[in-house]
Amino acid sequence: MNSAKSTVPFKGTPEQEAKLIAVIEEKKGDKGALMPILQKAQEIYGYLPIEVQTIISDKTGIPLEKIYGVVTFYAQFSLYPKGEYTISVCLGTACYVKGSGDIYNKLQEKLGIAGGECTADGKFSLDACRCIGACGLAPVLTVNEDVYGRLTVDDVDKILAKYA
Amino acid sequence: MENLTVKVNGVEVSVPAGSTVLEAAHIAGVEIPTLCYMKEINEIGACRICITEVNEGRGFRLVAACVYPCSNNMEILTSSPKVIESRKRTLELILSTHDRKCLSCVRSGNCELQKLCKDYGIEDASVYDGATNKYEIDDSAAHMYRDNNKCILCRRCVAVCSKTQGIGVIGANERGFKTFIGSAFDMGLGETSCVSCGQCIAVCPVGAISEKDYTKDVLAAIADPAKTVLVQTAPAVRAGLGECFGLPIGTNVEGKMAAALRRLGFDKVFDTDFGADLTIMEEANEFIERVKNGGVLPMITSCSPGWVKFCEHYFPDMTENLSSCKSPQQMFGATAKTYYAEKMGIDPKDIVMVSIMPCTAKKFEIGRDDQSAAGVPDVDYALTTRELGRMIERAGINFNALPDEKFDDPLGISTGAGVIFGATGGVMEAALRTAIHTLTGETVTDLPEVRGTAGIKEACYKVGDMDVKVAVVSGLANAREVLEKVQKGEADYHFIEIMACPGGCVNGGGQPQQPASVRNFVDIRAERAKVLYDLDKSMPLRQSHENPAIKAVYEEFFGEPGSHKAHEVLHTTYVKRSVN
Repeated sequence: MNSAKSTVPFKGTPEQEAKLIAVIEEKKGDKGALMPILQKAQEIYGYLPIEVQTIISDKTGIPLEKIYGVVTFYAQFSLYPKGEYTISVCLGTACYVKGSGDIYNKLQEKLGIAGGECTADGKFSLDACRCIGACGLAPVLTVNEDVYGRLTVDDVDKILAKYA
Repeated sequence: MENLTVKVNGVEVSVPAGSTVLEAAHIAGVEIPTLCYMKEINEIGACRICITEVNEGRGFRLVAACVYPCSNNMEILTSSPKVIESRKRTLELILSTHDRKCLSCVRSGNCELQKLCKDYGIEDASVYDGATNKYEIDDSAAHMYRDNNKCILCRRCVAVCSKTQGIGVIGANERGFKTFIGSAFDMGLGETSCVSCGQCIAVCPVGAISEKDYTKDVLAAIADPAKTVLVQTAPAVRAGLGECFGLPIGTNVEGKMAAALRRLGFDKVFDTDFGADLTIMEEANEFIERVKNGGVLPMITSCSPGWVKFCEHYFPDMTENLSSCKSPQQMFGATAKTYYAEKMGIDPKDIVMVSIMPCTAKKFEIGRDDQSAAGVPDVDYALTTRELGRMIERAGINFNALPDEKFDDPLGISTGAGVIFGATGGVMEAALRTAIHTLTGETVTDLPEVRGTAGIKEACYKVGDMDVKVAVVSGLANAREVLEKVQKGEADYHFIEIMACPGGCVNGGGQPQQPASVRNFVDIRAERAKVLYDLDKSMPLRQSHENPAIKAVYEEFFGEPGSHKAHEVLHTTYVKRSVN
């Protein structure tokens, strides 16, 4: 079975854990407490790896699978951290018809990760995004604050090389 | 109770207030199909196969019969063209992502989906074919496979795991078309704190989950002339096996089962009931010793390997409370490979011990540490009741026409105390019969307070000058409730019987599957348990210590209950596990 455990080493600090435990203690008794706890946890850690979900499970008594089920149900939660460089490929209509889907696929293949995930070295994370208002440059992707437009699949290697 | 009047397909019937449309139709003699719904287990109204037309004065509309409550003067149409059309569409949509390998599916013939497709005349299963999800089969657990390609997402397994058993190691992951049933972080079930109870298999309407099948290995052992192949059958198997051959629920097939096993080629056909009697000798003795010597109380039974694993994962601080006795299956295997092997002059390495169990956790139990009294595993293969049913069918044996035969001596000799092990309360009753006799010399054979299918039963018995407080629990959510009380000091039991499966082994995860259409209206636990209590009543010996074969095994081999040798062969140890 393919385990969805994040391959990026967990770097949680005792301060983050103390913050999370305080949130859990505050909300634990409430009905439907899991959603707000998860939202706060993602605020604290940036994502929800097994280590964080296990803390929530241990402290609330909610089975780990139930938590994981909720996390994978909602798009707002992520199992993976953001990389040093966050690549966002626009899959909005204009970019898509200009072939951004192929660029997105090529990036997944090159980085060895699926959309939403982060490479094991923590360097790159990949996301699809909707229109970023640069349709004139379609197809478009961004790496952190840098914008790249009028791309073809062949440009992918050059762009990645810049950040390697 | 107040009654309502409803019309089912034009026929007026009176139904208790609070009845669902499904129940009203049943009272009127009409069965409405259900796939996600199973009474008391999963009541979510999600699959839409039970869609039925009702009119509450504002015209007919479609509702989910399984959860929709009746109102007075409601008109119900259970098979109008609109209803049939809706159900057909639902089936076709389910089939569009279903791996339709019916020819080789373990559930072919008793699959609830297959039956509905036949009933509703689904001629073209591929009408909505399109994108599908492909899943790897999860074989990481000791006892079962999960093949999500056949899963219809009814969530009965999820409900029974989290609600009935209070465990929740499986659930729905992802959403929409990508939804699948699995464990956290896509761990294999074997990596989780699954206790192997198999209740998920018992409720699955299709072939998405099934026990690991070892029938081939057993047949190979039987065919090997160098091996002596012994078989033992658990008490509850005789109360369930008949269902594999179309016999009514609650038919005692002990004699036919023994005959069938002989015809399958087992060298000796023995009875786990002997192991149960042996367990009582050791367990009653252990209980008396704990009370006398200030040992850890409450003592909790250790016959149910699903319960034992649950305790190790979820109540690791209470493993000291578990009786150190091996389960009857393991005591039997250990005795067969030591005492019986020695008596017959067989090398224990040449004995293949097969057990037939109503249980899937027994498959896990045979691989546990400290279960190898003769240096080889006490039990080599643990088959479920269903696997035995399949073996008999494959061998072409006409089960229903078999004569009633007896078990072989000496390990086939047992008492009424042994046979009731298969029902919740049975171990407690059997243990008390012997403990009372040991302490007071009195003979007590009926303790009705601990019988019945209630999930939690309590009683207090005066034994000599001591008040013995006992509890009998089945279903692991109930076990959690009782253990939390004990931990908080809110309960002061001396002795607790816990069985993982609701109703005890008769409703074990390895018993023949009964469809929702039956389980929604028949208490299979009570029907099967009745077989065992009737057997107990009919037996000349009803207390374990009266069993002549038990007396012999102590005289010739163990000495007395709790002896050094008994401890070496019949007792075991536990480990602390984590929750995943």
